[in-house]
Amino acid sequence: MSGKRVRAIAAFLIVAILGSVGFMVAYIMHASIQLEGLALAIALVGFVCAALGWSSWIIGRDQVVDHINEYPSDSADRSAATGELQQAEREVSRNGALLKVLYVALGAFGLAAIFPFRSWGPAPGKTLFKTKWKPGSRMVRENGEIVTKDALNVDSTVTVFPEGAVGDAASQTVLIRLPDGMGASIDGYVAYSKVCTHAGCPVALYRAKEHELMCPCHQSIFDVVHGGKVLSGPADHALPQLPIEVDPQGYLRATGDYPVPIGPGFWERG
Amino acid sequence: MTRQFVDWLDDRLGTAHFMKHALRKAFPDHWSFMLGEINLYCFLVLLATGTFLAFNFDPALTKVVYHGPYRLLDGVTMSSAYASALHLSFAVNAGLLIRQIHHWAALLFVAGITIHMGRVFFTGAFRNPRELNWIVGVVLFLLAMGEGFTGYSLPDDLLSGIGLRIADSVMLSIPVIGTWASFLLLGGAFPYSDQVGPRLFSAHVFLLPAAIAGAIGLHLAILWRQKHSQFRGPNRTEHNVVGSPLFPNYAAKSLALGVATAAVLVALGAFVQINPIWLFGPYNAYQAASPAQPDWYVGWLDGALRISFPWALHIFGHTIPSPFFPGVLLPGVLFGFLILWPFIERAITKDRQPHQLLDRPRDKPWRTAVGVAMFMLALDLTLAGSGDVQARYLHIAVNVINVVYRWGFVVAPSLGFVIAYALANELRKRGGVHEAGRVRLRRNDRGGFDEETIP
Repeated sequence: MSGKRVRAIAAFLIVAILGSVGFMVAYIMHASIQLEGLALAIALVGFVCAALGWSSWIIGRDQVVDHINEYPSDSADRSAATGELQQAEREVSRNGALLKVLYVALGAFGLAAIFPFRSWGPAPGKTLFKTKWKPGSRMVRENGEIVTKDALNVDSTVTVFPEGAVGDAASQTVLIRLPDGMGASIDGYVAYSKVCTHAGCPVALYRAKEHELMCPCHQSIFDVVHGGKVLSGPADHALPQLPIEVDPQGYLRATGDYPVPIGPGFWERG
Repeated sequence: MTRQFVDWLDDRLGTAHFMKHALRKAFPDHWSFMLGEINLYCFLVLLATGTFLAFNFDPALTKVVYHGPYRLLDGVTMSSAYASALHLSFAVNAGLLIRQIHHWAALLFVAGITIHMGRVFFTGAFRNPRELNWIVGVVLFLLAMGEGFTGYSLPDDLLSGIGLRIADSVMLSIPVIGTWASFLLLGGAFPYSDQVGPRLFSAHVFLLPAAIAGAIGLHLAILWRQKHSQFRGPNRTEHNVVGSPLFPNYAAKSLALGVATAAVLVALGAFVQINPIWLFGPYNAYQAASPAQPDWYVGWLDGALRISFPWALHIFGHTIPSPFFPGVLLPGVLFGFLILWPFIERAITKDRQPHQLLDRPRDKPWRTAVGVAMFMLALDLTLAGSGDVQARYLHIAVNVINVVYRWGFVVAPSLGFVIAYALANELRKRGGVHEAGRVRLRRNDRGGFDEETIP
């Protein structure tokens, strides 16, 4: 064990001390996280080097051999254990009918234990089948501004909600103005649910040249000229289209709720 | 002093006999046996940093208006969870450092688990008598992924909300019970009730960590009882373990590894930005980010959702929507396959013997090929999970990239299987230490060497 090595380990430990002190100072001074982290890392690296030095230079390198003899147990023990279990089984099941009642009782208790889960949330009911759009709901933007039929330029879009339900996740709708004469639009406007029918992300990317809506999560692409049908990607059904009209004051409004449930599929959707 | 300590404890608990053996327990010296320890140390770092974070975090989803040092979001309405994550990142001394260390530790934890699992798989360490510990290990992997995902969801930033929305859609896709499961777990229809934040928090800081700690305890207890397996070598047999004694030799090495793990994590936390939630903004159900990436270990599931076919099943007036197949069925089959692998292999090889000596990957070409095929499958799906980012840099349409990965789902594992099998077989033919048998070299009187085979 040379003095050089001892001095090296001591030096590493001093580095660890300096790092710790450095961290305390950095913390008190509210230094940047880079400085705080650097000090902490230096302290830890000091310890790593010291531990490595200690393990290779100070502690001997002996080898030991362990024998695997704790398992399996010898056959006498195994037979004895099996015997005990069988004996217990016989004693417990001496009255078979009683045992059956016990099983039923345990089953009933298990069933009872499942019931409280019902308190975790409301019944689904028809929640997923409807949104807040009603016949005559006017369209408003995120900031509450009512949308008129001159609101959009050709090939642009806006996210709208039914008046009185701004921000409602299920009712979010993307209103698109198509070039004149394209698709079955009302004064150039079409409106689709903004909830992707695949996994529910907002269908936020509008590709104006192709007249397609694209979902940023899994890249399903929907054709807004042809009823929101799926052009590519994993979505298995079209984006629901909101029936709209222009009211006498020139505001855009829904003539009713979405004809089909919005968003991703689910068992009861049919 | 030491004598008094040992006596005091032994008088009360009779520990001397156990201690005598435990301190001299043999730990094999091969580096690959330390991979699992990295995960243990990551978990300790996660507990320490996680406690700090939990004491500074409010998981509630009630709306507040943020006022604080991060000016770009000053005056913006957001959930308390997001506001407190911002506060933690900008106003709490060392808060961002600890948050970033925590996130890096989580990423390394899951990475370490997969690598450790690969070591165990490719060397056949899961065989009799270690099937039980293999299963505990796979369960730990699942728990770690769940823990990671709940943690990712807590800050209620835009990406975490989108991740939760996707997870909810996958849950909705489960036949019969999906809708109920979604409503009960989230407390209502998306965008979930205000209870979701505290529920995720309870799961993330209590339920899952307790389960992980318990499973780690079981993992180590079984390991302790069964003792380590080992690679072939001089004096190593099917009935012993050769290695360094636990204390102090191996303990010093392991301690060095643990502190090194912590040092790397601290350095990453200090210098490499991770999950900058303030750039994503608060979650709003009608906003999206593009490109959007989950943490790396969720990438394969997201990739599977991206490249799956747009097929839904309609049966008797009910729907099984398309996310069910990549989101529920695929992971179910893959994890089922992983859990059952020791038994599948036993059914194929009819090998029921206990094994202490490990295989090298080349020794069992078909097992190595299966492992490589699994790896290639995961790689294809993970890469598919970042197709939008690749599209941006490669200037290729993202739907084209998705089609490539859809083919890759079949091609990559098949190629991996064939190539790995051929390589392992070739290496095996060239022979190795134990195929050739051990030889003793004797110097002969002409100055050369004679080989003498040791039976």
